[in-house]
Amino acid sequence: MQYDILIIGAGASALSSALFAKQEGLSVALVTKEFPTRAQTSMAQGGINAALGKDDTIELHIEDTLKSSHALADEKMVQHLCQSAPEAIKWLDSIGVCFSRTPDGEIAQRKLGGAKHPRACYAQDYTGLKILHTLYDQVNKENIDIFNQRFLLDIITKEQKVIGATFLNMRNSQVETFSAKSVIVATGGYAKIYGKHSTNSKSSTGDGLVAAYKAGAILSNLEFVQFHPTALKNSSILISESARGAGGYLVDNNGERFCDELRPRDEVSRAIYEQMKKSDVFLDLRHLDKEFIEESLPQEQKLAKLYEDIDLTQELIPIKPAAHYSMGGIEVDANSQTNIEGLFSVGECANHNVHGANRLGGNSLLELIVFGKDVAKGAASYAKAQEFQTLDTKESQQKIDAIFQYEGGINLYDMKDLVADLFYKNVGILRKESELQEALDALKNIQNNLSKIALQDKTKEFNQELVELLEFHNMVELAQLIVLSALKRKESRGAHYRADYLEENKEFSKPTRIYRGEFL
Amino acid sequence: MKLKIQRYIKEKEFNTLIEYDVEKKVTTLLEALEYIKQTKDSSLAFESGCRSGVCGSCSVQVDGKATLACSHKLQEDAVVVEPLKNMPLIRDLVVDMTQAYQTTKKAQAWLHLLDKETKITDEDEHINRVQSDCILCGSCYSACPVFAVNKNFLGPFALTRSWKYVADKREAQPAVDVLQTDGIWDCTLCNECTMVCPQEISSKADIEKLRSKSAMMGYSDPNFAANFGGFELSF
Repeated sequence: MQYDILIIGAGASALSSALFAKQEGLSVALVTKEFPTRAQTSMAQGGINAALGKDDTIELHIEDTLKSSHALADEKMVQHLCQSAPEAIKWLDSIGVCFSRTPDGEIAQRKLGGAKHPRACYAQDYTGLKILHTLYDQVNKENIDIFNQRFLLDIITKEQKVIGATFLNMRNSQVETFSAKSVIVATGGYAKIYGKHSTNSKSSTGDGLVAAYKAGAILSNLEFVQFHPTALKNSSILISESARGAGGYLVDNNGERFCDELRPRDEVSRAIYEQMKKSDVFLDLRHLDKEFIEESLPQEQKLAKLYEDIDLTQELIPIKPAAHYSMGGIEVDANSQTNIEGLFSVGECANHNVHGANRLGGNSLLELIVFGKDVAKGAASYAKAQEFQTLDTKESQQKIDAIFQYEGGINLYDMKDLVADLFYKNVGILRKESELQEALDALKNIQNNLSKIALQDKTKEFNQELVELLEFHNMVELAQLIVLSALKRKESRGAHYRADYLEENKEFSKPTRIYRGEFL
Repeated sequence: MKLKIQRYIKEKEFNTLIEYDVEKKVTTLLEALEYIKQTKDSSLAFESGCRSGVCGSCSVQVDGKATLACSHKLQEDAVVVEPLKNMPLIRDLVVDMTQAYQTTKKAQAWLHLLDKETKITDEDEHINRVQSDCILCGSCYSACPVFAVNKNFLGPFALTRSWKYVADKREAQPAVDVLQTDGIWDCTLCNECTMVCPQEISSKADIEKLRSKSAMMGYSDPNFAANFGGFELSF
């Protein structure tokens, strides 16, 4: 296969970059390990930020974003993000996104944590779903080619330039090549390393980050993983922040409130985590208007019933914080380009330095659209000056063949659970040197024994165990980089909270950047 | 708890209904499938993603009815789990949705031309709200008797999606032309799609709305014309 621009992933950032890239008159392919519209984007409930209201201003949006970032975001990038926000909403509206409206026909906005004003445009609690599907419809309109069920193996470079990527065709376990002039990695985040303690889709395994890193890309701020304060206790299913935005309380066993529910996510998560040492923690929505819940939180109502057997208009909802969002990612510049020529990145897997140490709710959907447009322009203008190169499947194929030869009795799923528990406990909301080191040692041990985690299923046809094993390899690799980054940052800042270094330290007011095993 | 799962692995010529014991306490069918895969047979293939009913990955047939595995609460024994119908089988519970996905493209279900003057009110947004809740899980295609016999039929979710855009006040060029053949008139209005939709969408109702919209725009039921030759013009 050969395309001017190869986009890996099919969530909102991938789809929007495909649409804008197509406008540049180039050939574009989307390659995804799932089917499109199944991406993590579909799970985003709360909303997408833009200063549209009478009292709200772009300056305030910038201010809230910077404040939430704990001085770690790049001010210029944040300015650009917030300034572009109203236009992004206008564009989404123009392609048919069904935003909720006010009685006088404006796009409705609600207040999320850390925001001074109601700033999040929403479509009930289906904001991500409706944006994703509308983008998908436009991708169909533009007749953009989509390749499903292909798992990213390697990003291929030649003389420091990207020339394409190899994929495992999940249908037959064969390696396929896509030759491209520029490549956009839009594969989503990595919070599923926390497994059952994560709100994320099963697919958020950091595949794109690892492939980019192995190709020589710089990863940055990996230690910053946002914990969402309110996930259902048993299943880590997300209860949207809009529930607290609308006046929901956090209460303990005695029904007493113990924190300000509308503080930024990192602070609320910590308050809950501390409280959980003393008692169970619940989200209390009983005092909210029933009609409002049915209108604005229909998903929550359904999910609480299904998973906890709770009528949230009548009962308390048991919750815990769960790993939710990867602030760190593949480092990119203002053109969304990595340190590798022709390799671009966008979405949760990328780090545009706009979230810093803590992402503001409602800014993630926003970045998918704003930087989706930017990355398309950057990748297109780069691609126009390049020629196609041929690439082969040999190395990637050897890797797959080797995995089929693994022998040993360690159960993959037990190992996944082990890493998930280890991460939640040792690399979670509260961290300290000894526990991080313990996690690192354990991960190294797992890394050294990966060949003992053998496939039970050696078939070639849609072998999901093979894909899950490859994902696990990626997670183990990335997990070690996360722990190394967390060890390196000897301070507390936003989502990265060190029990042994409680204060923010100016010395660390810069991104943690890792490149080929060394910190820059 | 016991579960019967229809297994199919082509290269092993394996095609059989197998009963599994689920000893662990689970809430949803998806949790049971995960338990079986992780502890009993890792070769079991099924799709999943969000676990919360929005990504549309995990639809399967449970006791003959299409449903999302992540939203299906397991009660008693004797649940038979099979892959969705009317789509090519890839393996076990995984089907190839490519063709089903293609139908939204064939139906040109997108906003064709923006009416820049239009302002959407709260009321307008309610008109196609439920249609825009669709998660493309494919349950309706599994249930559709017309799709079962006519693979060119646009099918329930594509037509619902068409109605979403046709009904949208922002659309200056509602596209019903592409829905006339193998589309709205081929539906038998049996309502099976509505019965299985996890999002409580009625494609049947949307198809009826598309029919009246089409009639208003001068189209008519070609089957009616074929049966009653030429009379359609006298309406």
